Amino acid sequence: MRCNRLALLLSGFVISPAVFAEWEVNLVRGVTEISHAIFDLHMIIFYVCVAIAVVVFGVMLWAIVYHRKSRGAKAQHFHEHIWVEILWTIVPFGILVAMAVPATQTLIKMYDKSEADINIQVTGYQWKWRYQYLGQDIDFFSNLSTPQDQINNEAVKGENYLLEVDRPVVIPVGKKVRFLITANDVIHSWWVPALAVKQDAIPGFINEAWTIVDEPGIYRGQCAELCGRDHGFMPVVVDARSEADYQLWLASQTQAQEAAQAAAEQTWTMEALISKGEEVYKTSCLACHQANGQGIPGAFPGLVNTPLMASDGLMEHARIVVHGRTGTAMQAFGEQLSDVDLAAVITYERNAWGNDGGMITPQQIKQLKEE
Amino acid sequence: MSTLEQTASTGHHHGPAKGITRWLYTTNHKDIGTMYLIFSLVMFMVGGCMALTIRAELFQPGLQLIQPDFFNQMTTMHGLIMVFGAVMPAFVGLANWMVPMMVGAPDMALPRMNNWSFWILPFAFSMMLMTLFMDGGGPNFGWTFYAPLSTTYAPPSVTFFIFAVHMMGISSIMGAINIIATIFNLRAPGMTFMKMPLFVWTWLITAFLLIAVMPVLAGVVTMMLMDIHFGTSFFNAAGGGDPVLFQHVFWFFGHPEVYIMILPAFGIVSEIIPTFARKKLFGYTSMVYATSSIAILSFIVWAHHMFTVGMPLIGELFFMFTTMLIAVPTGVKVFNWIATMFRGSMTFETPMLFAVAFVVLFTIGGFSGLMLAIAPVDFQYHDTYFVVAHFHYVLVPGAIFSIMAATYYWLPKWTGNMYNESMGKLHFWLSFIGVNITFFPMHFIGLAGMPRRIPDYALQFADFNMVASVGAFLFGFSQLLFIYNIVCCARGGKKATDRVWEGSHGLEWTLTSPPPYHSFSQPPKVD
Repeated sequence: MRCNRLALLLSGFVISPAVFAEWEVNLVRGVTEISHAIFDLHMIIFYVCVAIAVVVFGVMLWAIVYHRKSRGAKAQHFHEHIWVEILWTIVPFGILVAMAVPATQTLIKMYDKSEADINIQVTGYQWKWRYQYLGQDIDFFSNLSTPQDQINNEAVKGENYLLEVDRPVVIPVGKKVRFLITANDVIHSWWVPALAVKQDAIPGFINEAWTIVDEPGIYRGQCAELCGRDHGFMPVVVDARSEADYQLWLASQTQAQEAAQAAAEQTWTMEALISKGEEVYKTSCLACHQANGQGIPGAFPGLVNTPLMASDGLMEHARIVVHGRTGTAMQAFGEQLSDVDLAAVITYERNAWGNDGGMITPQQIKQLKEE
Repeated sequence: MSTLEQTASTGHHHGPAKGITRWLYTTNHKDIGTMYLIFSLVMFMVGGCMALTIRAELFQPGLQLIQPDFFNQMTTMHGLIMVFGAVMPAFVGLANWMVPMMVGAPDMALPRMNNWSFWILPFAFSMMLMTLFMDGGGPNFGWTFYAPLSTTYAPPSVTFFIFAVHMMGISSIMGAINIIATIFNLRAPGMTFMKMPLFVWTWLITAFLLIAVMPVLAGVVTMMLMDIHFGTSFFNAAGGGDPVLFQHVFWFFGHPEVYIMILPAFGIVSEIIPTFARKKLFGYTSMVYATSSIAILSFIVWAHHMFTVGMPLIGELFFMFTTMLIAVPTGVKVFNWIATMFRGSMTFETPMLFAVAFVVLFTIGGFSGLMLAIAPVDFQYHDTYFVVAHFHYVLVPGAIFSIMAATYYWLPKWTGNMYNESMGKLHFWLSFIGVNITFFPMHFIGLAGMPRRIPDYALQFADFNMVASVGAFLFGFSQLLFIYNIVCCARGGKKATDRVWEGSHGLEWTLTSPPPYHSFSQPPKVD
């Protein structure tokens, strides 16, 4: 299939629109008023550029073809023409002014500061997004859900390869949703092309962006600012639902929270924790410490057979996972993961790869957090 | 003074010293120019290998050759090496060779400093390349090294990187001072400013840009150094600093820097097109004014790299309007080049082919630049492959094609031998096709939504990435022809005449080919 396309391409690079039918070549028109305005503006500038290019390159091509020495062309001696030079300064200036007018109008619309119906705080972490619905008790992390073996070419890649997450941010259609965007560590950029929202997430500062989505659907984007090693693996997925479906989702969130609380209070066996911990490890730890726990020497420490994994390192190990290590890439996972997930992943690390370092319970994690 | 007179009177020949000391201790503008050019060619190949590593990894989706962290090191080093190691030293090398010959001087004004400004560079780049072998790897935060990724989260080798940048900055400033001093003081009698060749003019303006902005770069890396080692918080919000401050300072350097990499190219093309059109440059005066306006405008547009950082509306509007304004003087330049070709008597030797390709492809890069200037739309383009396509169109067929054009144009003058014309033409066509296959599809994947600086991508971007990688390898390997041609030309070949090209003009063509070791021992007369 790909070979066919390549052959097709090489046979005629820009021959007909049909060639490009299956090749993505332009901006998405998007699903918001702003994204439509931006798309139209983009097309206007594009056509202006094409028109200028046709004229300029046309004259140039004509000169190249007809004023060659081999065709007997004799060089003329003019090398200045004050009026022509003034004219080709003023005309482009006029074209620019004409382009600046709609651009300014669109920009003013984008900076519309009116009240929003829903406020969501979006925080960039290396390398995941956190969504907190302000005024509602909803707070979760959104991780890449593409399995590692697809990335390593050991499995067939799925349709939404690298553009899928475990928990998308859910918003209602037709409502003004405001995103308060910030970051926890380095600068990220929250970008969803179909909404035409791209806003940098800067640690210590809060940026504002907003959208009103017209059609329900799932809209995918990616982090757009180099944020370290897994910059390419930090998708954004927005799930826009009808008002009724959105209300249903809100209700389901409360239930999920109750279930998580119940899980934290139940008694866990070591086996159960280890098997749950393996899953958590894959989403939250594997990128740095590797599947074999060896880490990356010089950058990320290994977890195999270190003093920390001996039985007296248990509480120190738990503290590092919960509170992070300042000044390093090791984040504080205390607020990112539930008590059960924390207990599970710590127990898993202490018993995987030949380690033999005991277990920790969700209740102990809770105590540790309260210290 | 008396020794000078004595040697002159005894007719003692001031030739080059023998052996390695000729190159180590030389203060001769031609030797130093040659060293700059060879250094930049080596760096071009090193940076090119890094680019090919990147393109090989991006040939298809999934991780196959390298890990993401190493990918980031490659993108960072590729950018730094191409900007500071390939393009800038090549232009300085051309200036060293040509400026004294074009203004009728015997040498550069400050020859001893000239030696220093070159020899700093190999040390700076050795230091920077060494970081790749250190614990934690080399710089992995992009050539723009935005804080706090480059401060709080950087590998330990970042300190080496900072010192390397300092050394490059010192070298650039010394080179710039030398060029200004030469142009101001050593012009032949009768050569007024408005009679100087355009290459000299563009380099004069570039040198002022360098002196204005390299200290800003030095400042920003020093602030980084203090944040990392001395507990300051310039870029750390938790200590009262601001990560966006980094970007403002960086781009106050970085935007004029992109003009440092293109203004000398304008000068080169303004020399070559009239030669092969056998006609005087159209609108010399407006060329000079346009170049100066571009240089001045370059200082007030820096934040167009930062439309998405959360600037207030009024800031976005200011930077959008000023950025759009740059299209006017740039347009004037393009129109003038075309008017020079118009009604000329053109031939298409290799330098002319590269110069014409420069005009066409640089203009395409200008169009995408104009699109990027429109702030609301930039929200969609920013940090995508559309930007990668844009700046590679202005830097590869822009800066680098002009350097190649200059090399072919002046190589017979430098060596005294003609290069192989058909090999030159083959090199041009392979490069031209390669460059377009590489960078044109990047416009499409950028618009379709592929971010920059990612080692792996979604499936919808696969086809165009594959095309781009094929083009990159074509472009990369065709540069071997370039090197082969230069080496052959340096070793011998058909002897070149003094004037070399039928339509050539200017003082450098009044000297022999190759020129004497000290260019003009008697100042020439300029009417």
